Amino acid sequence: MDVKNLTIANARSAVQERKTSAAALAESFYTKIASDDPKIGAYLTLSKDRALEQAARMDALAAKGETLPPLGGVPVGIKDVLVTRGLRTTAGSKILESYIPPNDCTAVARLEVAGAVILGKLNCDEFAMGSSNENSAYKPVRNPRDLERVPGGSSGGSAAAVAAGMAVATLGSDTGGSIRQPASFCGVVGLKPTYGRVSRYGLIAFASSLDHIGPFANTVEDAALVLRTMAGRDPMDSTSADVPVPDYVAELGKGVRGLRIGVAKEYFAEGLDTEVRASVEAAIQTLASLGCEVVPVSLPHTEYAIPAYYIVATAEASANLARFDGVRYGLRSKEARTLSDMYRKTRDEGFGPEVKRRIMLGTYALSTGYYDAYYLKAQRVRTLLTRDFENAFQKVDAIVTPTSPTAAFKLGEKSDDPLAMYLADIYTVTANLAGIPGISVPCGDTKSGLPIGLQIFGRHFDESTILRLAHAYEQARG
Amino acid sequence: MSASGKVTDKDVAYVAELANLELTEEEKPRMLRDLNSILGYIDRLNELDTKDVPPMAQVSDRFGVDPNKAGSERFEYARREDVTEGLRKSLPHDTALANAPESDGTFFKVPKVIEK
Repeated sequence: MDVKNLTIANARSAVQERKTSAAALAESFYTKIASDDPKIGAYLTLSKDRALEQAARMDALAAKGETLPPLGGVPVGIKDVLVTRGLRTTAGSKILESYIPPNDCTAVARLEVAGAVILGKLNCDEFAMGSSNENSAYKPVRNPRDLERVPGGSSGGSAAAVAAGMAVATLGSDTGGSIRQPASFCGVVGLKPTYGRVSRYGLIAFASSLDHIGPFANTVEDAALVLRTMAGRDPMDSTSADVPVPDYVAELGKGVRGLRIGVAKEYFAEGLDTEVRASVEAAIQTLASLGCEVVPVSLPHTEYAIPAYYIVATAEASANLARFDGVRYGLRSKEARTLSDMYRKTRDEGFGPEVKRRIMLGTYALSTGYYDAYYLKAQRVRTLLTRDFENAFQKVDAIVTPTSPTAAFKLGEKSDDPLAMYLADIYTVTANLAGIPGISVPCGDTKSGLPIGLQIFGRHFDESTILRLAHAYEQARG
Repeated sequence: MSASGKVTDKDVAYVAELANLELTEEEKPRMLRDLNSILGYIDRLNELDTKDVPPMAQVSDRFGVDPNKAGSERFEYARREDVTEGLRKSLPHDTALANAPESDGTFFKVPKVIEK
């Protein structure tokens, strides 16, 4: 069966109607992975046993003529920051090189209950810290659209796997843009839901108030379907919201006529590549031609988002990564003679340079004498950024922006300058600070063939509106 | 925030100790340079007057909760009953030890704490 550009519906119905077996479908993807992944680097661990066991279950259901669950037989990949029971999970780090989790991430468990076939664990920047997937302790990921270029990060493997036809859909995580930016660089759909929409239980924590789990897919409908499967209250995550989950897929067909879409000037200012600007502006025109009202808005504190983010995120990371100490799991330095040696050498050996940099920054920001000046200050700026969105959403139903100021850059281009790398997230971090949902949908290519992404922001818990807009745009774009 | 926001070698050493990171001699100057560069950029937060702006530590106490409820009542849904008899479903002992770098079968083993 030709696996390129398979949607969830096509894959599932092929298994349901027994045009192919789920086992054969999984094998087709493994064949593709064997031939294409050596040059891309998307997968860190393959889970053939688990995949084929699940496939067999789905095939048994289909053989009896029973209705498959919503993701029945559909091959998916999982970012390696989401724990999978009995299946090595590394967070892209050497400090967890041999770690075998005893539990499943809730989001993963929900996909498997829905019949998804887990092909393997996907490469990412170490502890989800990065915007290019060059910070993986194992190997970089290359953009399937141009192997000299980055796929984006930190969920580079998740984006590349979908773009290269090595999974029908994948899960990633987004703390500052790590789903949306790689989606835009690789030319696929990537969704960051509202904070609390999807349980974070089983997501190896980077920054607990900013982390989100979300899907990558070839189509908006597929992303909506995966979201619907994973979303909803989980008693294992006290920050998961007690808000009902709409049928995101059914809502897609509602149309967009009369919706007010905001264009924020701060996202179209200097630093935005001319081709990206042109492509996004054309997409806005398409939405206008579908009956949307385009309204200028302002998000005046946008330029302060990156500095606020890099204080809040690193501070939270410094606390979350304190657990990696060589005691209960993960790497333990062989050089350790005393307890404090063990902590320090384990962490220095096990963490890569970007992780260490962020831990140092976060520890500094929280230390005596600096807590008010940095951490508390950043939290106040966070309130201002959130108010910007609340004010804008009085006037509009969604806000459209470019996902990233540029298309994919070359490997090595920004890896020597941490600040330059951080600025790649300039259009995405705001949604993490405010907790609002955001989706990136492909809106064209640069002249040299690199994908460009259109980002749509929505109100808290209003994924329906942004999915509808993205779907309508995708259908009109062709 | 100090006017210059300049981090020194001493600061790097102090913070590394707090973070339990043993930086190598090669790593220290690079870290100093990077921290100064990043903190220099972050300094622009001082352009904003935030004295009357409340800090926002998290999203979930404002969005997705009932605004008519106050304080911990907003999170009633997140509470569970205490278990007063016996044990809730927990990680079995041997599963918990399965990833241990060193164990005696009962405890995690670590090097001695040696007084400095």
